[in-house]
Amino acid sequence: MKPSPHNARGTKPQRLSIARIGIYVFLVVSSAFFILPLYVMVVTSLKPMAEIRLGHLFALPSSPTFEPWLTAWSSACRGLTCDGVSAGFLNSVKITLPAVTASIGLGAINGYALSFWKFRGAEFLFAVLLIGAFMPLQVFIYPLVRISSGVGLFGTLPGVVLLHICFSMPLMTLLFRNFYATIPVDLFKAARVDGAGFWVIFLHVMLPLSVPMIAVAALIQTTGTWNDYILGLIFAGSDNVPMTVLLNNVVNSQFGEKQYNVNMAATILTGLVPLILYFSSGRWFVRGITAGAVKG
Amino acid sequence: MLAMSPTALFVFGVYIGCIVWTCAISFTSSRILPNYEFVGLSQYYRLMATERWIVSVHNMVIYGIAYIGGCLIIGFLLAVFIDQKVRFENTFRTIHLFPYALSFIVTGAVWQWLFNPTMGLERALNELGLPVPGIGMLSNPHTAIYALVIASVWQGAGLVMIIMLSGLRSVDPDIWKATRVEGIPHFQTYLRIILPELHPAVLTSVVMLGIAAVKIYDLVAAMTQGGPGIATEVPAKFVMDHLFGRANVGLATAAATLMLIAVLCLLTPLLYLTYFRTRRQQ
Repeated sequence: MKPSPHNARGTKPQRLSIARIGIYVFLVVSSAFFILPLYVMVVTSLKPMAEIRLGHLFALPSSPTFEPWLTAWSSACRGLTCDGVSAGFLNSVKITLPAVTASIGLGAINGYALSFWKFRGAEFLFAVLLIGAFMPLQVFIYPLVRISSGVGLFGTLPGVVLLHICFSMPLMTLLFRNFYATIPVDLFKAARVDGAGFWVIFLHVMLPLSVPMIAVAALIQTTGTWNDYILGLIFAGSDNVPMTVLLNNVVNSQFGEKQYNVNMAATILTGLVPLILYFSSGRWFVRGITAGAVKG
Repeated sequence: MLAMSPTALFVFGVYIGCIVWTCAISFTSSRILPNYEFVGLSQYYRLMATERWIVSVHNMVIYGIAYIGGCLIIGFLLAVFIDQKVRFENTFRTIHLFPYALSFIVTGAVWQWLFNPTMGLERALNELGLPVPGIGMLSNPHTAIYALVIASVWQGAGLVMIIMLSGLRSVDPDIWKATRVEGIPHFQTYLRIILPELHPAVLTSVVMLGIAAVKIYDLVAAMTQGGPGIATEVPAKFVMDHLFGRANVGLATAAATLMLIAVLCLLTPLLYLTYFRTRRQQ
């Protein structure tokens, strides 16, 4: 069941008692702790280094500057290259868009086929997908490096996109299979009686019904692909490095004194896409997480 | 079924094929280059005699226990408090879940800054007069692993909260009526009656978090790079370093195979439970 205040089953609230106040104090203090790192990130990114060295971590910037943000975007150094995280942003977009589109398409087809079309080996296929969803990437990496360099995809954009599609297949299939399981079989049977085939039913009956699920899947998958580190690190190649990998290089391999304000600006920039998706979608995001986590 | 063929190809080619390949190499004498000379378990014996691997496994266990414990306690408390028909429920949920949307690299970068020994959180709290156990948690080899735990609990507690909350809301309302009639104190009801009712949610959370603990890599790469010294090395990083930096394929695949076995062991109870639940419903 979807968590919402309307089906809360805790005891009925008494009027403002000490216990009630205690509940709110706990929640507010806990919220403050959860927000604190975000707050520190933002204020640090707006201060010049001199102020960071002398001032207090929690203090608001005395004269906010966007200099660190500009540096982080276009001229922060990682090793000897100094071109910021902007290139990584573009690479992440180039990796995420095709990977998300393709994995949602395949996930929907798989989920549809697994729920409505009984075929030999379906159970086995699904079981392997399920278990595959939890396997550590380290188990696959060496063979994948060999295979992808064998077919000339190692270190290329299509290569890293293909691997993202491959590793998001379990979750996407699971989401859509569980979704299609809630659609009445009679709808499917009626279409069959009318003589519709596999693709006609999928495109004209199932897909229009799946719009909410596609939105949830797009949210979860965009966040997941954007946040990936290992696949980008190994398979993307130096021309397609995603933003997370660039960020890690900027934060951890600077020469000389660390520019904490620039680091924090780069960190916010990297987290911005998932954060915007999360805060603007709210409930949908939660729906995707629970569908993936509880059933997985 | 033509439509399923890309999936079938991925499943058999990538998942099963790569796992079999990795396991096969772990039984050979491969070092920089793979060869297929069968040497039985000798890579595994070498692995068990490698100090860095032992430290990695040890760290993973400590991290895993503290991470699972921290997320469960905080997540459960949050779920119970949020379930008291509070106002702004959605706001509280949103605030506690947002770190889960972030990359481990972002989380690691933030917490590395927060744990800065001279300008960071410990110093700031100390100046505010709050008791801080010791400044420099991240640079101390004995405590650095707990800095990783704090960062990942910040990121993961919200997930447990959501799982527990949906568990709480599917508890039979008659239980609540019965405890009120019996006059059982509120917190005892939660601890003795509701918590045992939540065992599927608890099990799901433990398995998810446990698997995440076995897989932990990104956060270490961003926050400590395994340091100070080898104090925060973890198995996934051991595999990566031996595959690429140290070019010891045999040892790396043996370590990866052990990670696979660990994940399978954690996964079994969840699959068992899900299988049983679906069987009962049919």
